[in-house]
Amino acid sequence: MPDAPGLELIAQDLRDNDPDSVLSTVYFRERGTLIVNPAAIRETLRRLRDSGYGFLASVHGVDYHPEEPRLGVHYELLDMTEVDRLTVKVRLHTEAPEVDTVADMWATADFQEREIYDMFGVIFRGHPDLRRILMPEDYEGFPQRRDFPIGGEPVLFTHNEHEIPRYYE
Amino acid sequence: MTGVSDYRKQEESITLAPVDAQMDTATGDGEPAEAAGTETELLTLNMGPHHPATHGVLRLLVSLEGEVIHDVKPIVGYVHTGIEKTCEDKPYWKVIPVIERMDYLAYYFNGMAFSAAVETLMNVEVPPRAQYLRVIHMELNRIMSHLVWLGTSALDLGAISMFWYCFRERETILDLFEMSSGQRMHTRYIQVGGVIEDIPPGFETKLRQFLASMPTRADQYAAILDRNEIVLRRLKGVGAVDAETLLNFGVTGPLLRATGNPWDLRKAAPYCSYDHFDFRIPVGTSGDNYDRYRVRLAEIYESVKIIEQALDGLPEGPYITEDRKVALPPRHELATSMEALIHHFKLVTEGFRPPPGEVYYPIEGPRGELGCFVLSDGSGKPARVHMRDPSFVNLQAFPAMVRDSYIADFIATLAMLDPILGGIDR
Repeated sequence: MPDAPGLELIAQDLRDNDPDSVLSTVYFRERGTLIVNPAAIRETLRRLRDSGYGFLASVHGVDYHPEEPRLGVHYELLDMTEVDRLTVKVRLHTEAPEVDTVADMWATADFQEREIYDMFGVIFRGHPDLRRILMPEDYEGFPQRRDFPIGGEPVLFTHNEHEIPRYYE
Repeated sequence: MTGVSDYRKQEESITLAPVDAQMDTATGDGEPAEAAGTETELLTLNMGPHHPATHGVLRLLVSLEGEVIHDVKPIVGYVHTGIEKTCEDKPYWKVIPVIERMDYLAYYFNGMAFSAAVETLMNVEVPPRAQYLRVIHMELNRIMSHLVWLGTSALDLGAISMFWYCFRERETILDLFEMSSGQRMHTRYIQVGGVIEDIPPGFETKLRQFLASMPTRADQYAAILDRNEIVLRRLKGVGAVDAETLLNFGVTGPLLRATGNPWDLRKAAPYCSYDHFDFRIPVGTSGDNYDRYRVRLAEIYESVKIIEQALDGLPEGPYITEDRKVALPPRHELATSMEALIHHFKLVTEGFRPPPGEVYYPIEGPRGELGCFVLSDGSGKPARVHMRDPSFVNLQAFPAMVRDSYIADFIATLAMLDPILGGIDR
């Protein structure tokens, strides 16, 4: 794990290249997080990948409701030679949750970005196949958002299939 | 012997060449059959979502060029139950039982990843005895998971006897789990701060008996499979993918190690006192199905070694943290201490409240990096729980493994991938 000054050095390197790229840094429980401008995410991740963080361990979405911007996309980077982890995250508004895809840089991002789209409604620009992955294709809404209610959805059985509204549509 | 029979003559008159070629031969220009306007056509074949050989409810859309696989599209989500959403509605200690049901063959790992993430959030120290007990159970779980994988994979290749042998040993492990926690599966043994109970009397004897027999059993499995013509034909040189491609797909665990890359979080970034034990990381050379099989089989021996060392060096002391704000007080204290009663009541009704923050905690599961992301907003329930499940990530590499190979190798390669659909769909 980079220590707190190390994290600042990484952030400074990135800012030298593009002053607007890194918005802030968080150091919590010995893990460093860079909060990055959504417009600069591809360039930032490419620089970090070339500087050693070559393995994208995980991409996942978060809803910080009621904070604004509400949505977050986390990229867990891993340097396999230095055994060093770094989290990069972007924050997005729910009105236009759009960010560039990284599926062409890391093939692993394909399914994981689809899952974030499925659960949070984040649009990944340039993703080769942005469809729902876990929920049914005709599902409405983004179930992992915090304002999406839990329960209340009728379970479809043969005995009640005629009573569920719009089942045949 | 008076020449060929009428039946034989009739039979020999049937030719299996395509109709066009027959017509060409009839006209007498004698062209070879391939040149006579044969066309290739892609055939799309749907496998699943209930194919018994896919280890769960996985659907695969395969496009075939003759017998050769052109492309595969995995379609998942059939057993999606919204566990991550359910977790947001439960106090932290009630999340553990649901999260264990994600990857249903790695329940100790799921519990460990979540508990360790919450411990990191709260800065809770886990006592050494609890760490060793966790290691013992996680490695037993790893052996159990590999046994189920080996049994079902052999079943996919038509060897039903392997299934019974593997499930015999698995049964012994499940009995051990039942002894220590009361459950065979989804044990809820690993808790935030430690483990739920110390191991009972008699557990160690039974575990040592198992450890003494397991390497011999694994030798026997290898003896059955290693010289089996069918197994070798389906595994050797099939489905090989190099390490770089796998890393790009985010693949970790035995699949990556089969290519010769010794990446294992237990060694690379030791957690839960894995650095106290002496064990090796088995690696393969070519990354084909055979290497994947050998790596997992070799991991069984290494896990046995780790458990033996953990049992020998099991430290004395508490099995769960003494921090009363996190772990329940011992039962006997409830009768005498008002404090203990209050803590017990608060923990059971409301649970604890970790400080706001977010943590991603990766561990080495039986299928690769199992990471748990927990976001706390300071309340008694997690604001977000996400499991980076290795099966979900590894499945993406499947098309690369089977592309341009024969459909007959398809199921064998899928079996060697070892996907668990409960973990994929969550």
